[in-house]
Amino acid sequence: MDAKLLVTIILYGPLLGAVMAGLFGRRIGNVASQTVTTGFLMLSAVLSWVVFSQWTWGGLEPFTNVYAPFIHVGNFISNWSFRLDGLSAVMLVVVTTVSSLVHLYSWGYMADDPSKPRFFAYLSLFTFAMLSLISAADFMQLFFGWEGVGLASYLLIGFWYHKPTANAAAIKAFVVNRVGDFGFALGIMTVFWSLGSIQFAEIFPKVAAHAGDTWMFAGQGWRLMDLACALLFVGAMGKSAQFFLHTWLPDAMEGPTPVSALIHAATMVTAGVYMVCLLSPMFEYAPVAKDIVVGIGAITALFAATVGLVQNDIKRVIAYSTCSQLGYMFMAAGVGAYQASMFHLFTHAFFKALLFLGAGSVIHAMAHEQDMRRYGNLAKYLPVTFAVMTIGTIAITGLGIPGLEWGFAGFYSKDSIIHAAYAAGSAGNPMGYFAFVIGVFVAGLTAFYSWRVAFFTFNGHARWTSEDLEHHWHNRDHAHGDDHASHAEDESHDEPLADDDHAHGRGHGPVLPHESPWTMRLPLILLAIGAIAAGFLFAGKFIGAEHLAFWKGAIFTAPGNHVLAEVEAPWWLDQSPLIAAVIGLAVAAYVYILHEGLGAKWAANKGPLYLFFYNKWFFDELYDATFVRAAKFLGDLFWKGGDQKLIDGLGPDGVSAVSMEIGKGAGRLQSGFLYHYAFVMLLGVAAILSYALWAWNA
Amino acid sequence: MPILSLITYAPLLGVAGILALRLLGKADDPKTVAASKWIALVTTLATFALSVLLVVQFSPHEAGFQFVEDAPWFGGLHYRMGVDGISVLFVLLTAFLMPLCIAASWKSIEKRVLEYMIAFLILETLVIGVFCALDIVLFYVFFEFSLVPMFLIIGIWGGQRRVYAAFKFFLYTLLGSVLMLAAILAMIGISHTSSIPALLTYHFDPAVQTWLWLAFFASFAVKMPMWPVHTWLPDAHVEAPTAGSVILAGILLKLGGYGFMRFSLPMFPAASHMFTPLIFSLSVIAVVYTSLVAFRQLDIKKLIAYSSVAHMGFVTMGIFSGNAVGEQGALFQMLSHGVISGALFLCVGVVYDRMHTREIAFYGGLVTRMPWYAATFMLFTMGNVGLPGTSGFIGEILTMTGTYGVSTWTAIVAATGVIFSAVYALSLYRRVVFGTITNPKLDGIGDLDWREVAIFAPLIAATLVLGVQPGAVFNLTQASVDHLVSAYQSAIGG
Repeated sequence: MDAKLLVTIILYGPLLGAVMAGLFGRRIGNVASQTVTTGFLMLSAVLSWVVFSQWTWGGLEPFTNVYAPFIHVGNFISNWSFRLDGLSAVMLVVVTTVSSLVHLYSWGYMADDPSKPRFFAYLSLFTFAMLSLISAADFMQLFFGWEGVGLASYLLIGFWYHKPTANAAAIKAFVVNRVGDFGFALGIMTVFWSLGSIQFAEIFPKVAAHAGDTWMFAGQGWRLMDLACALLFVGAMGKSAQFFLHTWLPDAMEGPTPVSALIHAATMVTAGVYMVCLLSPMFEYAPVAKDIVVGIGAITALFAATVGLVQNDIKRVIAYSTCSQLGYMFMAAGVGAYQASMFHLFTHAFFKALLFLGAGSVIHAMAHEQDMRRYGNLAKYLPVTFAVMTIGTIAITGLGIPGLEWGFAGFYSKDSIIHAAYAAGSAGNPMGYFAFVIGVFVAGLTAFYSWRVAFFTFNGHARWTSEDLEHHWHNRDHAHGDDHASHAEDESHDEPLADDDHAHGRGHGPVLPHESPWTMRLPLILLAIGAIAAGFLFAGKFIGAEHLAFWKGAIFTAPGNHVLAEVEAPWWLDQSPLIAAVIGLAVAAYVYILHEGLGAKWAANKGPLYLFFYNKWFFDELYDATFVRAAKFLGDLFWKGGDQKLIDGLGPDGVSAVSMEIGKGAGRLQSGFLYHYAFVMLLGVAAILSYALWAWNA
Repeated sequence: MPILSLITYAPLLGVAGILALRLLGKADDPKTVAASKWIALVTTLATFALSVLLVVQFSPHEAGFQFVEDAPWFGGLHYRMGVDGISVLFVLLTAFLMPLCIAASWKSIEKRVLEYMIAFLILETLVIGVFCALDIVLFYVFFEFSLVPMFLIIGIWGGQRRVYAAFKFFLYTLLGSVLMLAAILAMIGISHTSSIPALLTYHFDPAVQTWLWLAFFASFAVKMPMWPVHTWLPDAHVEAPTAGSVILAGILLKLGGYGFMRFSLPMFPAASHMFTPLIFSLSVIAVVYTSLVAFRQLDIKKLIAYSSVAHMGFVTMGIFSGNAVGEQGALFQMLSHGVISGALFLCVGVVYDRMHTREIAFYGGLVTRMPWYAATFMLFTMGNVGLPGTSGFIGEILTMTGTYGVSTWTAIVAATGVIFSAVYALSLYRRVVFGTITNPKLDGIGDLDWREVAIFAPLIAATLVLGVQPGAVFNLTQASVDHLVSAYQSAIGG
């Protein structure tokens, strides 16, 4: 079939599913809603792989398919279109594969939820918005998708709308993303006024000639391309939860776990990375902006990893891990290794979705307990989950066999990032060495927190009892007796431990953790295959010898950029990420297997560093004390001080107090003042007429 | 066929019908009351049909005035009517919103129903007249008289503090219009014509322009309303009945923006250029200041009223950017705001009709009882925060982009508005709709009925269709806007 037709079906199928489930969900029922949305997603996924194969092996060339005009005002021209190139081809398979598996997984995970049509409609709507984003040929459709995924994220984080924490997290996600969009929108405007277009195909050829122009912005002159790229990158920071704008992502874990896997791990949060890679023709001419990208990426990678070390909520650890891995991707993009960045995005989608869905399987089994301190010894009860989680952990920590140069997915992509950073450093960019050092160090941290999750959950002694689980289920039944049409689930992360009173799993038999149904196991197994194979199958295409033929010009590298090439380095430098990962693994094994209880002892000490990490470097407190309080204070000040006292006091109320006195006795308002008003107006008209007569006659 | 006069005066036929009813029967007879509602609805629907016909016949590629009617009036004055791409849009918007207002008042207005319907019909005539008038005296007459029915709607059918609100509304507006009247007198005196097309090509001396501009500014700034003459609006909205708020936000606020585009910018270009920094400053203050105030409101309607002021800040900014992107954005923003804020006030009306309070704290958890209402309210909330895909986005991004071309500082400060709007709109939605029902009075609250669905359906369609296909509007306005912009740019030597 024609690729243009295929991509059209891929793009609009999920929208159709979302509309059907969203508008008619109650009428057609749960099963029909789930079937139609999942069906369209499966179709999209299969067709995406067809397109991707044609792209990779079949000689498909880039094209842009225009469906309809969007905004046409002067040079500000945007169309509804589908841009297929190397970048969007990769994203197509990532998005539709993970999305379709998450749809399927949700059949099991959300089985007891009363609002299934709504859930599946949101998931499909998200997928449509994400596909619009990746297939945009201009900034406006990109922005449409960009905010569309934000909307879906908002709706899904707040899916359990009866939970105040979920509502707060949803708003936080939307607002923090809006802070990013503030910069993003200004970046678009800068591009529009400097290069005269918002279409990628028209902008990119003009960049080289104008990159060094001086551009006046906020009263100062800036180097044009650095300014534009830095502003656009602010948008990427919001969407991809980078340092300063990261605070929403951990809170987003309030949403159902399938959502966390799809939106807050595999796809939406990578949109920022994708955007930077897509705009490589601009970033390549913006050295300062690139350094900012490296710096922010590296700090995020380090920050999130340190916080992830000490969290106890299984989803939060994985969320911080996502944040940290996104930092890696930005480091790669910032040193100019866009290919490596996209490759890590690609492999990360598989193993991170796997880790999240695996965590969901554990949570499902443990009656919605998310605190790892109440897990332990679960390998025995959840063999499939244990196996796939172990695969995911090997993949994310980047373990491989040094002599053979063979490993799971992360082994290839993370190493390529660290190598590219070193190469950039040796080519004279100090930010490259900075990224290299951080990259290696964080690889060790990554290994520690990832294995900590695995060991804490699946090994050691059981820190739960059958009575706990029974207690949960009992409460679950109790909650259902209440006629609120809401889901009685609580993915609370709050301490203390004992108050987790909602639960799940009525009628699931004996009171022991149980393996999940096949609808959940199958996606886990498929993603595990991806986590094993995505690296060695595609390394050659993405970053290896064939990368030029694979990307077909979608990624631009400036003439002086050789970071992907092999660099001479001592062997210990080459192996440093692997060495770091092994050290991290060894420490985790020592603390959580060999000396079980050591970790708890450390935590109980509450050392200053521990508290600093545990409280996420106090960002929430800082922002609350500054921005949130300032907004409330100013709002009250302007309202009560400005509007009521100053403006009204001097203006109408002052005057009216006087006039009311005069007006007393003139009768009711409807008659009295109306007459006055009409009288003045008639006087006015009469005056005009007289004057006009006079003027013409004169 | 003088179609413009037909559209303008068609609502008066309805007035005549209701008056005839009144003469035939008793005013408080339920049959008379019901008949008056139907007369009003049919009349406004017929007017809307005529306005659609007008748009269909309108040739979008002509920049000048079309369907011009010109008859000697008296004393040397002329009765002149005509529309261009700018005003035809507002005629359509007015005629579109009016039937929805009548339908929205179907049950909620219980006293003096006949008079209420008459007030709305007269208001429609006057407002359409403002947009069609091509003679500055005629314009002034329509413009001024349109305040009277609005004043009555607030003062008679309003809430508890209606007298205060109506009075405040009156005071502000009077202040502006007296100055505008003086300016109109002076313009006629100088140019010896009252014809708007002639005035559009007349070159006023720059020194004179300054004074004329300021006088018109006084009137239009109050109407918009711009900071700091905005404080009448929240009070007027809070006290007005639902349909009154819809008309106020949807149409009457647009008179200011229309005035700026019709008079200030083309007739006094040098002064407009000179005062652009003033307008930009007031606009961005409006965006930031009123957004923050909106965030702290305890009354649903007041919150939406303040958000209106913030959104109008984008309009004034776009108009005085003087480039096509900004002007188109401003026009689009006015249209879109008419639809979205009108719809938001109707959303408030839905719960007000059921519970008779607009206090935010009273509500919470409505989604569990009113899922369709929750979805509708969500859509318009997203329109209000300018989510791409809704019409609200187009106006915001274009006005900001247009302004960026003139002043990056203004665009930067205005862009913070996209953050603030998310804060106040989503927190409102959360407090009213999400959560669980904790107020027992809400237990029996019912979802949208068919009448309400019929009111919201066209508004939903407009929000989404304009959001993905804004070209439908730009096609109408492009020629006139391009003409306006090129005349302005050549006048200021840009």
